[in-house]
Amino acid sequence: MAVTVSPERDVVATPIQRAFREALYAGAIALGLFVLFIGLRTDQNINNELILVQRWGLLALVVLAVVVGRFLYVAYAVPGLERSRAERAKAPAVAVEPGFVRRNFNKIGATVLILYPVAMVLLFGFQGSLKWVDNFGIQILIYVMLAWGLNIVIGLAGLLDLGYVAFYAVGAYAYALLGTHFGLSFWILLPAAGAMAAFWGVMLGFPVLRLRGDYLAIVTLAFGEIIRLVLINWREVTNGSAGISGIPKVSFFGLMSFNVSDPNYIAKVLGIAQSGAYYKIFLYYLILALCFLTAFVTIRLRRLPVGRAWEALREDEIACRSLGINTTTTKLTAFATGAMFGGFAGSFFAARQGFVSPESFVFLESAIILAIVVLGGMGSLGGIAVAALVMIGGTEILRELGFLKVVFGPDFTPELYRMLLFGVAMVIVMLWKPRGFVGSREPTAFLKERKAVSGSFTKEGHG
Amino acid sequence: MNAQVSMNDFILQVEHLSMKFGGLIAIGDLSFQAKRGEITALIGPNGAGKTTVFNCITGFYKPSEGMITLSRRDGSNYLLERLPNHEIPARAKVARTFQNIRLFSGMTLLENLLVAQHNKLMKASGYTFLGLFGFSSYRQASAESIDLAKHWLEKANLVDRADDPAGDLPYGAQRRLEIARAMCTGPELLCLDEPAAGLNPKESASLNELLMDIKDNTGTSILLIEHDMSVVMQISDHVVVLEYGRKISDGSPQSVRTDPRVIAAYLGVDDEEVEEVLTEVGDEDVIEQLDTGPDAAHGPGSSASMMAGPVSDTVEHADEGERVMVSRGASKAAQVDAKAKTPRKSSERATGKPAAKSSTAKPRGGRK
Ligand SMILES: Nc1ncnc2c1ncn2[C@@H]1O[C@H](COP(=O)(O)OP(=O)(O)O)[C@@H](O)[C@H]1O
Ligand SMILES: [Mg+2]
Repeated sequence: MAVTVSPERDVVATPIQRAFREALYAGAIALGLFVLFIGLRTDQNINNELILVQRWGLLALVVLAVVVGRFLYVAYAVPGLERSRAERAKAPAVAVEPGFVRRNFNKIGATVLILYPVAMVLLFGFQGSLKWVDNFGIQILIYVMLAWGLNIVIGLAGLLDLGYVAFYAVGAYAYALLGTHFGLSFWILLPAAGAMAAFWGVMLGFPVLRLRGDYLAIVTLAFGEIIRLVLINWREVTNGSAGISGIPKVSFFGLMSFNVSDPNYIAKVLGIAQSGAYYKIFLYYLILALCFLTAFVTIRLRRLPVGRAWEALREDEIACRSLGINTTTTKLTAFATGAMFGGFAGSFFAARQGFVSPESFVFLESAIILAIVVLGGMGSLGGIAVAALVMIGGTEILRELGFLKVVFGPDFTPELYRMLLFGVAMVIVMLWKPRGFVGSREPTAFLKERKAVSGSFTKEGHG
Repeated sequence: MNAQVSMNDFILQVEHLSMKFGGLIAIGDLSFQAKRGEITALIGPNGAGKTTVFNCITGFYKPSEGMITLSRRDGSNYLLERLPNHEIPARAKVARTFQNIRLFSGMTLLENLLVAQHNKLMKASGYTFLGLFGFSSYRQASAESIDLAKHWLEKANLVDRADDPAGDLPYGAQRRLEIARAMCTGPELLCLDEPAAGLNPKESASLNELLMDIKDNTGTSILLIEHDMSVVMQISDHVVVLEYGRKISDGSPQSVRTDPRVIAAYLGVDDEEVEEVLTEVGDEDVIEQLDTGPDAAHGPGSSASMMAGPVSDTVEHADEGERVMVSRGASKAAQVDAKAKTPRKSSERATGKPAAKSSTAKPRGGRK
């Protein structure tokens, strides 16, 4: 169909020939690109003078790698892919029964999450499990919860909110301030922090009701920055950028405490050995419960008229109004509900760290949460959880890759490549699955059978 | 039906309605009534302001002047121009469809119809709180709403596709679904904006059937914008004709069909046709006048053609407005009027143009 510019040449060229040609081009481009980046390096000599170190060998290696890679890709990978695609197209379209894992994804996921700390303790012992439960488990689950909260605003209601971290901050500071000044318990402050964040969600919602798309995004972004700047500059209350420390720990529903000095310290009550791991494991189950709560509420809400109205709002706001839906309150409830979960997550975060400062609530956090929602597939809880696992877990794993030092030399710190990898992963996923891991949408009601709605029909909303 | 013809005979009364966009008078001093239980058709060439009338009735536009009164069956009256947009369907029970279909394309057919029952379900779910904890009252209401949705899916002949996304339907089915969705709000007045546009004859016939069914079995009054004269003549009880935002005729389909002004306006693609029409009507004086030669620039031109694309999204570009002043000079119907009224002596100055034509009206169009 497509008319190529030089048909004669393409007809003659076998894949190998073409691959050869393209490999040469790629090599030339790589050489041009990297000659200054890799071929030369600025450095200081002993006299503190700037000198140029020449690294032609490394440059040659990189260019060679590009040439070989391109050759292999064009000569073997592309024809192979095409062949397999043709085969798949030829094969009769059998409705593939989704595999066992796919069908029971949610149940398996929940079970794995519940058993995870137990497995870690059994594998690594109490002390050894700390890292796995805290750095991986809790860290990932916080982002899962945040992304699920944001999913209500973006994935369901289609309102692009770039300042979500503001509600996280409100929740964290609400717990930090009320907890340190008034000594109120976490169990009272958790709902209070949620309510306060929801209040700010409505506060943000009012002015942006009339805005759509880009404008909405910009204003919410500004809102996030305003909250952060207030936290930095309102020193009398927030202690500025120094932050608030000594935030009380969560107690086991007031029955047992996790402070070694307390009379009802858990190890004393239960008569077991002292360990910091108990608190971490408790926190893990706490955030897991909060995540389940978020998921439960989201799933329930989707089947209720509000949730349907959110999705309808994403699809077509004008049609909503023609059906008598009050779009103002619908948008505000979406903002408030999303913000509330952000507030819950925030107060948990404060309790876990024992310390909060404005540093933790920069725009980058909003961007990461948004990236997780988009990668996971807007509106799908499972997809978002997987995206959080890959993204947050992936960046945490980088810390564990000490062996790379052997390859790249002792100066190599894999953590520094975090954002690079984050970006690369996003680009790859978006090319491979433009609508995220789970692009389809589960209908909220059905007459005969529940069929997933393909992503090509759903809209992203207009802001 | 007769039992209902009582004091509040009219479900909708539009009085002196005007809508201006900058300098453009989209509707000028329009008054008409729609009887309860009837199908009232609003017709006119493209750009005549029909969709604008709908947008005023359903609260998407606030009219510049005028009053729109809706009387519900229970006797309560609503001034629609004062109600906020979303309360018009909710309280005054007016539902509408759109010229360019607006479905929730990523939701299934069933979900589309459930969204339409939002207000009812919202109340039943105790504004979400009772529903969140799974109270049985909500479950019952939810089951009822699914039954209602199923009822309308059956009527629209779409029940087999209930679980498919709305965006996946063929065009004619999407039109029917939009009507079914509007009916799920339980309206007393249903406003349909060109429901037959783009349908093939078979789809058009099933649409007619659906509309007649609605009229006969629900008592819902219908206000209908339509281009397709055959549909209008077949199903409507009463026809209002607009041209350039003004009413040029009002009456039964038969009387409207033979109104020379309507024919001139509606078919008036070329001035020759006007002449033909007038020949048919047999007004010799007027024909004489026409010899002075038509002024092509002032006709509705291509905008009267059915082939002209839909005025896309008239709902959304609320504040852009070209300052075009449309006077009656551009109107075919006005030409007919002017010619009819001009006394015989005008035939003496046979070369003079009719007064109406020399007005400074600019051609319209280009607004799409
Ligand atoms: N929001 C708007 N802003 C400016 N002009 C508008 C707007 N909506 C409609 N119009 C103009 O009003 C006139 C009537 O349009 P419309 O009601 O869509 O005609 P119809 O539905 O009869 O084809 C057109 O000239 C159109 O351009
Ligand atoms: Mg129209």
